[in-house]
Amino acid sequence: MDLKSNIPSGPIEQKWSKHKFEMKLVNPANKRKYDVIMVGSGLAGASGAASMAELGYNVACFCYQDSPRRAHSIAAQGGINAAKNYRNDGDSVYRLFYDTVKGGDFRAREGNVHRLAEISVKIIDQCVAQGVPFAREYGGLLDNRSFGGAQVSRTFYARGQTGQQLLLGAYQALERQIGLGSVKMFPRHEMQELIVVDGRARGIVTRDMVTGEVETHLADAVCLATGGYGNVFFLATYAKGCNTTAIWRAYKKGAGFGNPCYTQIHPTCIPVSGDYQSKLTLMSESLRNDGRIWVPKKKGDTRSPGQIPEDERDYYLERKYPSFGNLAPRDIASRAAKQACDDGRGVGPTGLGVYLDFADAIGRLGKGKIEEKYGNLFEMYERITAENPYEVPMRIFPASHYTMGGLWVDYNLQSTIPGLFVLGEANFSDHGANRLGASALMQGLADGYFVIPYTIGNYLAQAPKTKVDKTHPEVKAAEAAVDARTKKLLGIKGKKTPMAFHRELGKIMWEYCGMARNEEGLATALEKIPALREEFWKNVSVLGTPGEVNQSLEQAGRVADFLELGELMCRDAKERRESCGGHFREEYQDDGEAKRDDEKFCHVAVWEYQGDGKTPTRNVEPLEFENVHLATRSYK
Amino acid sequence: MGGGTGKNLNLKLHVWRQKGPNVEGQFVTYDAPGISTEMSFLEMLDVVNERLAEKGEEGIAFDHDCREGICGTCGIVIDGRPHGPRPRTTTCQLHMRSFADGDELVLEPWRAKGFPIVKDLMVDRGSLDRIIATGGFITAPTGTIPDANAIPVPKENADIAMDAAACIGCGACVAACPNASAMLFTAAKITHLAMFPQGQPERSSRALRMVAQMDAEGFGSCTNHGECESACPKGIRVEFIARMNADFVVAQVTKGRREAQAGDSSAG
Repeated sequence: MDLKSNIPSGPIEQKWSKHKFEMKLVNPANKRKYDVIMVGSGLAGASGAASMAELGYNVACFCYQDSPRRAHSIAAQGGINAAKNYRNDGDSVYRLFYDTVKGGDFRAREGNVHRLAEISVKIIDQCVAQGVPFAREYGGLLDNRSFGGAQVSRTFYARGQTGQQLLLGAYQALERQIGLGSVKMFPRHEMQELIVVDGRARGIVTRDMVTGEVETHLADAVCLATGGYGNVFFLATYAKGCNTTAIWRAYKKGAGFGNPCYTQIHPTCIPVSGDYQSKLTLMSESLRNDGRIWVPKKKGDTRSPGQIPEDERDYYLERKYPSFGNLAPRDIASRAAKQACDDGRGVGPTGLGVYLDFADAIGRLGKGKIEEKYGNLFEMYERITAENPYEVPMRIFPASHYTMGGLWVDYNLQSTIPGLFVLGEANFSDHGANRLGASALMQGLADGYFVIPYTIGNYLAQAPKTKVDKTHPEVKAAEAAVDARTKKLLGIKGKKTPMAFHRELGKIMWEYCGMARNEEGLATALEKIPALREEFWKNVSVLGTPGEVNQSLEQAGRVADFLELGELMCRDAKERRESCGGHFREEYQDDGEAKRDDEKFCHVAVWEYQGDGKTPTRNVEPLEFENVHLATRSYK
Repeated sequence: MGGGTGKNLNLKLHVWRQKGPNVEGQFVTYDAPGISTEMSFLEMLDVVNERLAEKGEEGIAFDHDCREGICGTCGIVIDGRPHGPRPRTTTCQLHMRSFADGDELVLEPWRAKGFPIVKDLMVDRGSLDRIIATGGFITAPTGTIPDANAIPVPKENADIAMDAAACIGCGACVAACPNASAMLFTAAKITHLAMFPQGQPERSSRALRMVAQMDAEGFGSCTNHGECESACPKGIRVEFIARMNADFVVAQVTKGRREAQAGDSSAG
């Protein structure tokens, strides 16, 4: 597997400029001769599709939702980082770069991360020009807040709805192009297969989720911006429809999968309340600016929080990490919550929860100020739990929230399949083993607005100009594979619903490949998952017919892929015998802190599919740190 | 992960079932015993669907995605009210503690000419996207753009813009309106963009085009019932409709003059 990162040579701050100059261009009149497919319409997909259409390419954009505006980027609450240094607090492109490399526990590529930091400032300009209603101060200038893993205020936000507003900005740019006829939009279409001809990505096969029709769409290049795979845990903060199908089918067609075990478990989500639960709801990390996290000092303390006196509370993040306190990075905050609960000091009816307490902040700033900053989050909490967080502390617990792993891409966002580009959360590139808060929005928009418009041209200008038509054997084979799979799923007529299988898989993954992992547990999971998958293909019950809206069929297809991906995640977690960022191996720790092994694991693990039932190959892309020196991450 | 702290309810559901857009639909009654008050409304439907599946019956099709009240995908008319009884709450955020043991609930899809039924409780809201595509944007192609702080925006304006921009495009306003009007939706976008200096160049053409598309999609007109505001899960205010009307009137009055100056009525 060719894993050339294609990072340009030269000093880190000049790499991207140099590369932009060296890349090949497609002249303006020729751009309309190229067809590009974009799968996904979240921040990366919508911004990428709109920007490429503005340049003149013919773009076809696909999403499974009924409208591109509904992609799950919309749910991001807290904010977007940018190295604007509007606060005059010492921020810079280099500091954002440094914080991100360190936050990712030295498992990301320096070149990519520096580019991301450079582009971050342009994203804010772009969004303001589109009318994104960022929070402002009375003087009319933009406001900022702080986020985890940073000691400067560089996060721009739009109340607790930053993702919504950024996505609507990108969606509106996309709709403008749809109105102008340069993007053709295919809502309620799900990608089922990637078409590879002569080693290059040349199209996709989709299922129309209304009519059931299986359709082929051909193009000169294919971009996947289909998000993360954290729904493998069943309970997650993802939208219910988020799935791994697009990237998984690409993996099975030869795209390398980078670091599948790197998942982010977000520390502040509303705890599980019962077995019927279908999803977990995030409470923005921004709440940690003013909320203090604590548990009782005593085990099994069942008093209500108000009755526990100050000196019997353990503000464990402030105690363990005095310089970052409640704003410690997500992986660290999550693990600390787990430890407190494992200790028997968890709160709430299930004992799986910790308090996030606003009493001090309300006392200091007044209820009005807190309401202005977090009103909608408090309302959301109250709606779900029927508790009033102005009066009693919130109860929170970690939940699956983001996947740093994804399809391997080079500096150009190209996967190991030429012509297949991967953007946003779907790729593995910029966050290493842990993503800092407010960096997902930044990466999605950087990839879509400012990277892919350049790199796609570089590819198209050099790719051989051959046309593929729908009679090509590869096209026919891809269509036939989709049909066969649908028939197979509908033909099993078993007893268990796809959701029941998904729940079971989620339990295995959470237990053995969640916040803490070990050799024995992962070995167990690697036995349990194939057994569950075998049962699925014998006993799943998929009702209805293929030629109509069929939510049971949609779900079954996604669960089938999760059942394969889950195994790869466990395999990757087992082989990475170190702890780094969100990947915590119990055997490798210093008193609860992740212990990296730079000698053996300072690399990206890239998995290569070898065929069903065969063990995939683990390839390696070594990581080099020339600017930020490898060091133990400390937030103390 | 126990059963939680809630009580259990026994409910009866009368659900609109319709195979497809061109097939006649009907209400079908289902018993839903043992529903925990801690469940969300959609989790209750998940349970009903799982039980149907166990009997080999096809589940009730309904749209949903984020299940945290922000994507705007879900939407069921519950006992005649879009998104159900709780104010400022989407269907997915509505919890069963809002209901009582023994309740009978009527579940219907959004009903409006502009929202053809896809299946059961799912509708096609592509009309709302098409309204945005005609003018619900600021033309700002990706590229080199002045610094974000180059143009200050009064906080008051930015706050009004944010209030309007909070619309999630669920369509409850249309479903609630006796005229099936999409004016609250359209007005929210027009207001949002009109509050910024960057939105001024296209302000008039935006109002004209979006209103024209709204009419073309078969949505009715506003006759000041105000049902839309009370059904809106995000508290979008009817005063935005007044702002839209003002922009629309100004745009119409000045249209001739602008066309003469520009020499091109399609600019924008």
